[in-house]
Amino acid sequence: MIAFIIRRLLQSVVVMLIVGLIAFSLFRYVGNPVDNLVGQDTTLEERIALTERLGLNDPFFVQFGRFVLNAVQGDFGMSYRHRRPVENLIAERLPATLELSAVAALMALLIGIPMGVYTGLRRDGVLSKLFMAISLIGVSLPTFLIGILLILLFGVILRWLPTFGRGEVVDIGWWSTGLLTVSGIKALLMPAFTLALFQMTLIMRLVRSEMLEVLRTDYIKFARARGLANRAVNFGHALKNTLVPVITITGLQLGSIIAFAIITESVFQWPGMGLLFIQAISEVDIPVMAAYLCMIAFFFVVINLIVDLLYYAVDPRLRVDVGTRGGHG
Amino acid sequence: MRFRMTLLAAAATTALAFAPGADAKTFRYAFQGDAQSLDPHGLNETFTLGFLGTVYETLTAYDGEMNLVPQLATSWEVTSPTVWRFNLRKGVKFHDGSDFTADDVIFTWKRILTEGSDQKVRGGLISDVRKVDDHTVDVETGTPTPTLARELTNIYIMDKEWSEKNDAVEAASPKTAGRENAYASQNENGTGPFTVVEREPDVKTVFKRFEGHWGNLDTNVTEVIFTPISQDATRVAALISGELDLAYPVPVQDWDRINSAAGAKALAGPEARTIFLGMDQWRDELLYSDVKGKNPFKDKRVRAAFAHAIDLDAIKQKVMRGASTPTGLMLAPQIDGYNKDMNNPYKYDPEMSKKLLAEAGYGDGFSVTLDCPNNRYVNDEKICQAAAGMLAKVGIKVDVFAQPKSKYFAKVSTQNDNDTSMYLLGWTPGSMDVSNVLDNLIVCMNKETNVGQFNYGRYCNPKIDEIAAKVREETDPEKRQAMVDDAFKMLQDDVGYLPLHQQPLSWGVRDGVKVAQRADNVLDLRSVILP
Repeated sequence: MIAFIIRRLLQSVVVMLIVGLIAFSLFRYVGNPVDNLVGQDTTLEERIALTERLGLNDPFFVQFGRFVLNAVQGDFGMSYRHRRPVENLIAERLPATLELSAVAALMALLIGIPMGVYTGLRRDGVLSKLFMAISLIGVSLPTFLIGILLILLFGVILRWLPTFGRGEVVDIGWWSTGLLTVSGIKALLMPAFTLALFQMTLIMRLVRSEMLEVLRTDYIKFARARGLANRAVNFGHALKNTLVPVITITGLQLGSIIAFAIITESVFQWPGMGLLFIQAISEVDIPVMAAYLCMIAFFFVVINLIVDLLYYAVDPRLRVDVGTRGGHG
Repeated sequence: MRFRMTLLAAAATTALAFAPGADAKTFRYAFQGDAQSLDPHGLNETFTLGFLGTVYETLTAYDGEMNLVPQLATSWEVTSPTVWRFNLRKGVKFHDGSDFTADDVIFTWKRILTEGSDQKVRGGLISDVRKVDDHTVDVETGTPTPTLARELTNIYIMDKEWSEKNDAVEAASPKTAGRENAYASQNENGTGPFTVVEREPDVKTVFKRFEGHWGNLDTNVTEVIFTPISQDATRVAALISGELDLAYPVPVQDWDRINSAAGAKALAGPEARTIFLGMDQWRDELLYSDVKGKNPFKDKRVRAAFAHAIDLDAIKQKVMRGASTPTGLMLAPQIDGYNKDMNNPYKYDPEMSKKLLAEAGYGDGFSVTLDCPNNRYVNDEKICQAAAGMLAKVGIKVDVFAQPKSKYFAKVSTQNDNDTSMYLLGWTPGSMDVSNVLDNLIVCMNKETNVGQFNYGRYCNPKIDEIAAKVREETDPEKRQAMVDDAFKMLQDDVGYLPLHQQPLSWGVRDGVKVAQRADNVLDLRSVILP
């Protein structure tokens, strides 16, 4: 088990190196950072000198090698734009993104699973058809548009929720949280829902089809024949057996939630890492872009690891120490 | 040091705000980006400088109508062609309570010459600053510099003692800013009417009124909350929903929507930024064209044909919602040196265009690529498309290559050897003076003397160079204007550029908020009056 975890973590280093390599090979195409660092009256000489000082004239592998060497020592460089260490910037923005992603993932699960179970059990109900229609919207509309529509409805027309920002935040050590103030929670609702909607519909559709599948199996019929209560059959036996694919997908989607947060964050001006990244792209802030991409790669690896570990917990067949290989067919 | 609101502080401010008798007036505004840092000499860029203009002050400044007015200097006179005497304001305090004196002016001049400063060009105009007494300085320039008082509107005065105490005697540049000496990037100590009490870059900045300010200001604002909002749609929504008192810029397409919303209105005015097209006039063969072996833009008739093919009024009506000012001059009316008698746009005459092209041997037209930014100027990409459509009518096939500004400038800039055949650019002279326009855009490019750096098409007329050199030093306004007029006459005859228009300023404000909309797109908080 421990060997397994260590092996996966070592793999993550390789993944991050490859992501870094690809990222660096792309940075040549994003523009010249120097134009954003000086004003229009700055002389050509100085622009050239600054390019040289930033090491932008060095060959690609030299730049990449320098980045890796420093990154290994925990130094991700200075942001060109903010003129501050990148790791500090990311540490400041991390709480906002993680809170948003966690709340969005919870929303997706807590609304998506019950909706999936319901539509699976009552396939022809009016409510089921409504859920399915809504889920179609969630799957097909782009996040950007959903965000703008929510802003228009709840921010501009009804004026219930703030249209941008994170509200008031409270510092707990280095972590800043918006979950402890009313304005913080109000500010979180729309972005979290926007981010959650796609995952929510995905989970709902997944649970529904898995439920339909499982409800047809023999052991469910036997369970009913034994006279078990509906509740026990539906949730204790049916739902539990649909959860393995749900966990896989949710886990993988958690990574995409963090990555997709870029769009949601820029629509709602949510001060997280995604917004930092998007601003870094527009200003060609290479150190920030490199650090962000490597970190997202690391997140994906870690999340996949956690998903694999969760399998052991949910599916007894995967546990080597359990001898019997029973369960459903 | 970073200021962060703790729960306690939040409670305290709330309590204060609702305390009886306190007439707190909070002004909330948003811009599309944030100031790069609090270091007033780190970046010579309009928004950063305008933003810092509320915490730092300069010897000379502009008022709401762009008139030059005294700020930290009370008066100045030119005592010899190269020496300016500035009388400094007495009783001025920095935010930490120390006094403003001649030593701070000298210190500031030395600081803008340091490695990390982006104001070295302006600092280089000055050869010496001498202290006459505590409140008088003599500024000596290397050559006669009639624009000095205007150039100084960009130089924020810093406190010598504070900078020395906090290891901030050098401006912080992207590379020299180590992990330790970035104090002035994150803290301020100016003499301006507002102090920064909380700042999270890209997220939020809170200003409080500085009680010790010397001036008697119009503004009734006591607290300012600034939030950068990058998405246009979100910024407009935040204004309409009443969460902001002012947002800028707003898309000109959204004016109707803002005006029809309750409680908000669009605020439009002329900006001093001139938008124009430039053409590669130096290569022997264009990089992006189907004409091989020669450069059609070297032929004046071709350039004139382009000029007569573009309908400036149509661009104004169709692309700019009637809000731009078509121009024949590379200079806006707010700029010193503008002469309205000289402002004669090329006549829209497609027939003449066709005739000129035929005369030049391009009767069947040719193709050329137009480089264009798509997030730099008001409707930049749409202007390029409109121009391409108009040129198509006279047989010129224009491929518009629109890119984000970072990529656009990386391609066309002089550092990249002006990799373009035709391009769209906009220009506001930082000194609000004609000499800046001549030196950057119109004189022949010379990398040794650092002139013509933004003359991407490398138009070159040595006679204009001679005039520009004199304009730089001529102190007599009438003589100077005559020279300027000569230069622009030659430029127009040569069809060196294709001026299009001055773009509009486009702000959105909450009803009842009064603010001066400056032609350089700077929001001066001194002018804000809340209802």
